[in-house]
Amino acid sequence: MASLDFASRTLPRPQIERRAVAPDERGWTSWITTTDHKKIGILYLWTVAVFFVLGGVEALLIRLQLGAPDNTLLSPEKYNQLFTMHGTTMIFLVTVPVWAGFANYLLPLMIGARDVAFPRLNAWSYWMFLFGGLALYASLFFTPPEAGWFSYVPLSTAEYSPSGGQDAWIFMVHLTGLSSMLGAVNFIATIHNMRAPGMGWGRLPLFVWTILVYSYLIVLAISSLAATVTMLLLDRHFGTNFFDPNEGGSALLWQHLFWFFGHPEVYILILPAFGVFSEVLPVFARKPIFGYKAIAAATAGIAFLGLLVWAHHMFATPSATVVLAFFMLSSFVIAVPTGVKIFNWLATLWRGTIEFRVPLLFCVGGIATFVIGGITGIFLAVFPVDWQLTDTYFVVAHMHYVAFGGTAFAMMAATYYWFPKMTGRMLSETMGKVAFWLTLIGFHVTFLVQHSAGLSGMPRRVYEYSDGSGWHLYNLISTIGAFILALGVIVSIVNIVRSLKVGVKAGPDPWKANTLEWYMPSPPPAHNFDAIPRVRSVEPMKDIRRQVEQMSGSPQRFEAGRPMVKA
Amino acid sequence: MARSGLPHVLRRAAAPALLALLVIAAPASAGLLAPEAGGGSRNAEDTRTLYWLIFALGVVVFVGVEAILIWCLVRFRARKGAVAAQIHGNTRLEIGWTVGAAVILVFLTIVTFVMLPGIKDPAASDIDENGNPVAGTPAAFAATDQPPPPRGASMNIKVDGQQYLWRYKYPGRQDVFSYVNMYVPVGMTVTLDISADDVAHSWWIPELGGKQDALPGYINKSWFKITEPGIYRGQCAELCGRNHANMYAAIIAMPFDRWQAWYDRQARAIQAAKDAAAQQRRELEQAEGEAAAEGGGAAGGAGQNPSP
Repeated sequence: MASLDFASRTLPRPQIERRAVAPDERGWTSWITTTDHKKIGILYLWTVAVFFVLGGVEALLIRLQLGAPDNTLLSPEKYNQLFTMHGTTMIFLVTVPVWAGFANYLLPLMIGARDVAFPRLNAWSYWMFLFGGLALYASLFFTPPEAGWFSYVPLSTAEYSPSGGQDAWIFMVHLTGLSSMLGAVNFIATIHNMRAPGMGWGRLPLFVWTILVYSYLIVLAISSLAATVTMLLLDRHFGTNFFDPNEGGSALLWQHLFWFFGHPEVYILILPAFGVFSEVLPVFARKPIFGYKAIAAATAGIAFLGLLVWAHHMFATPSATVVLAFFMLSSFVIAVPTGVKIFNWLATLWRGTIEFRVPLLFCVGGIATFVIGGITGIFLAVFPVDWQLTDTYFVVAHMHYVAFGGTAFAMMAATYYWFPKMTGRMLSETMGKVAFWLTLIGFHVTFLVQHSAGLSGMPRRVYEYSDGSGWHLYNLISTIGAFILALGVIVSIVNIVRSLKVGVKAGPDPWKANTLEWYMPSPPPAHNFDAIPRVRSVEPMKDIRRQVEQMSGSPQRFEAGRPMVKA
Repeated sequence: MARSGLPHVLRRAAAPALLALLVIAAPASAGLLAPEAGGGSRNAEDTRTLYWLIFALGVVVFVGVEAILIWCLVRFRARKGAVAAQIHGNTRLEIGWTVGAAVILVFLTIVTFVMLPGIKDPAASDIDENGNPVAGTPAAFAATDQPPPPRGASMNIKVDGQQYLWRYKYPGRQDVFSYVNMYVPVGMTVTLDISADDVAHSWWIPELGGKQDALPGYINKSWFKITEPGIYRGQCAELCGRNHANMYAAIIAMPFDRWQAWYDRQARAIQAAKDAAAQQRRELEQAEGEAAAEGGGAAGGAGQNPSP
């Protein structure tokens, strides 16, 4: 009998046994049942893309109607429905959830987590977003809402908007609001608890910083909106009189409550865009971000101040001068951290070696455009000047310079930048550049002249104007620009669909980027990381490449002027 | 060399920017670059002056930022062999531009509050209630949210927004009102009490100053003083329903005696219309009474006493 000579043997180490790995689920049911943050992220992004196209078509119809004076293409009823649907779609179904989509996909990868904190809740968030959008769009088959995306009372009360479209709008706000809030709680829990070893607050990627602040703002602002629209629902159907001036209610109350949500909302949709700029610029300038701490602090500062500026949407309402003065000053103050961010981005480019890839172009175009929106924001913050400018096309232009110049350009930049990670394939550079120039030129042709239309007295939300008003040329130029812009978006969409099949293989790290999502293969496996690397700086991939270079001897660093990948 | 580039570009950009501003500022009064003003109403003119000040600052900031951006993109585009400077930040520079941005805004705040009274507070009227010139000081006499002092001449018109009309109620013992067109005497300070009957509207005559919302349940204030006779047009600026685009307003400014004539004519016309309506009502009631009497008890009173 062979005796076991334990003494002469080293103790067995625990071994990782190879087990059967369940194959990745495929087919359409895998998308419906998934709790994988990456799949949910992609669901979000495709849904947002569909709503973006719908909102864009609505915008083109609006521009067609306004292209000629006394146009009869659309009835006033249809026109009001279109701009209500356009605004509501772009705010609630595009520019806010697009960041939920990108954050879903990227946040766990960027912080070195295997999923978000509550994966099932995450799936629920997506489905409520989808059904919120469907609730609104189902009204197309009945009577869509027509009181504008901020649904001012008394126009939105049962007396003046009896159709169910207004209720569809309320339910959409409820559903997407719950979706956003649960998503935000999920992101907050994930960022606070699931960061990779070594990733302190000073090493958190700036995009993650902005998503954290975005999430806190959502919890504060959208919960307020949920209560506000519930009050409207009660007024409309259950006999309360919160907003009825004939029954002791107040029409001004709605405006305060709505904008208490509505202005933080602007920062909800713009801060993650700033996060994208802060991620993409250093990668293509081959330089660390300039003033990491200042940018992170400015993000938090903007969010805090963003809660204190709401009444600058209401300068023409009956309000005391001291109220107007307070909101003018708070709006001025918020310009400072915003300016700081812009200077930091400029300084990031300064003395870099800038690679003109499509993501960088969209970022730079976005910053250049957003600057104009920021400056016109100062005009609007000065309340005596705002009395002339508010509710005109000047405001329409300003708002699009911020929301399109900031958010939509960043959305495009993010798509071109992270598409290789999500699909494993590159988007075409050539088509991307064509799309960029069409988008940039189309945007400015559309919206720059709208400042002048507003300054010459054209109010917003008018379905027609007379020939003698002098607004025809501005509107014609704007309409032409809208179609150039649409062409740019179409080229991007074709690029995306085409590259899914024929795009050049990307590999794990095509841009030689800085953050952890580029550590995995593209697309990453379901569990994200085989082993979660230790994070030693705000640019962990740089450290990892340096380490690989030292260990293997093969050069991993980027060399200026050498193409990164064939495309 | 690159270190001195930043401020250098700023200095170079500032001069052409100001020059371009001066060139375009002169002919650009009609709404291309600045809000409208006309008829000599001080609130609109001061608003436009304030606007131009912000515009000048805005152009400097715009040209500065965009020039640096484009310069960086051109100067630091990737070339073979170029190495990016690994700079993480510069505290002094960052504090500098934070303070710089704040200083611009402090300046704007001061300018705004200096100019605010000229925009917000009604100017002294040139004529009194009887059309006689007022020998008074040219100083502003009151903010709109305070009652004007007794000696100051002015006319208060109540503006009422309704889907899709503006209704104006003129002062005086007689019941005088008009729709869409507001008739005012030249040289008179007109203060407006703006409200609405149904949904929210916004009162705006671009050449006569900024807009003030008309909200049901609230009274908003505005004013103007026209010194040149003419017609000043505007339209509702707050979405008020399907025909929001067709809710026009016009101020018709005329010399005092002509305005007085219009006022008397309008008063007589309204009185005549009221008398005619009263007469018609009497006739109608009489006819109904006779019909009821003829119809007997069965149908009697059905029209006047609906069953509960």
